[in-house]
Amino acid sequence: MKAKIYITLKNGIHDPQGRAIQQSLQTLGFEGVQDVRMGKFLEVDLQEMKKDSAEKTINTMCQKLLANTVIEDFRYEIIEN
Amino acid sequence: MGQSSHLIWHQETSVQGMDAILLPGGFSYGDYLRTGSIARFSPIMEAVIQFANQGGLVLGICNGFQILLETGLLPGAMLRNTELSFICKETYIRVENANTPFTKSCEVGKVLKLPIAHADGNYFTNPVDLSALQANAQIVFRYCDRDGIVTPSSNPNGSIDNIAGIQNAQGNVLGLMPHPERCAEPIFSNQDGRLIFESMLTSLIGQIPLPAK
Repeated sequence: MKAKIYITLKNGIHDPQGRAIQQSLQTLGFEGVQDVRMGKFLEVDLQEMKKDSAEKTINTMCQKLLANTVIEDFRYEIIEN
Repeated sequence: MGQSSHLIWHQETSVQGMDAILLPGGFSYGDYLRTGSIARFSPIMEAVIQFANQGGLVLGICNGFQILLETGLLPGAMLRNTELSFICKETYIRVENANTPFTKSCEVGKVLKLPIAHADGNYFTNPVDLSALQANAQIVFRYCDRDGIVTPSSNPNGSIDNIAGIQNAQGNVLGLMPHPERCAEPIFSNQDGRLIFESMLTSLIGQIPLPAK
């Protein structure tokens, strides 16, 4: 099974990378780009287990290492084979 | 400074016999995920955390500061510099609290010229923790101009409240982004960084038997 994990900066936290990308999109002529927020995407292969224990495991991974909850939010999807 | 030092490898698990621990910069673990996030789980860190929790002096410089944030020994987190660039230059920082083991050889308002060299030094913490830092005099250094005035233009990286260095509530753990060790030797014309190490030494004298010089 797989977990897809999305880590993003919390709302209200300045994201200079996102801003630089937004400006670049505007320079390229893409109108109407109001904001860009940059984050991280991780795909974790897991051995088969019950979905709720996989969710628990991934949640602990995020809390402990993958995200810094001072500045980041995370969400994930568990995909069963 | 006439003191003996011992290099501890990250795979080691004991800090026994140490009077103070210095976590240097250097990014030897890379910056995967976030600065300091992988290094924080290196085998030696459990012993460092225990040493700090028992009141031992711990100084984290640059990446060492980021590692201390990731361990939770210091509050807050680092963001990318506002201008997104790696900044390597001399900065001025103002001593905001001289009643710490790391600054007791200074007085409040003393301006130190120390170099920075980082891409992720934009210190952030939430408003509640920031108020606590301010109220408990945990903000030890702020970026300032050469006259010691804290201004937005003297803030090199976007750090909240111009923060360059903070300590924990107990006052035995300090993290700062500028590099005092890069200006602490007699061969340099600028030796401002020496004051931090002298302070540490002064606060340790009396507490522990120091080897004779």
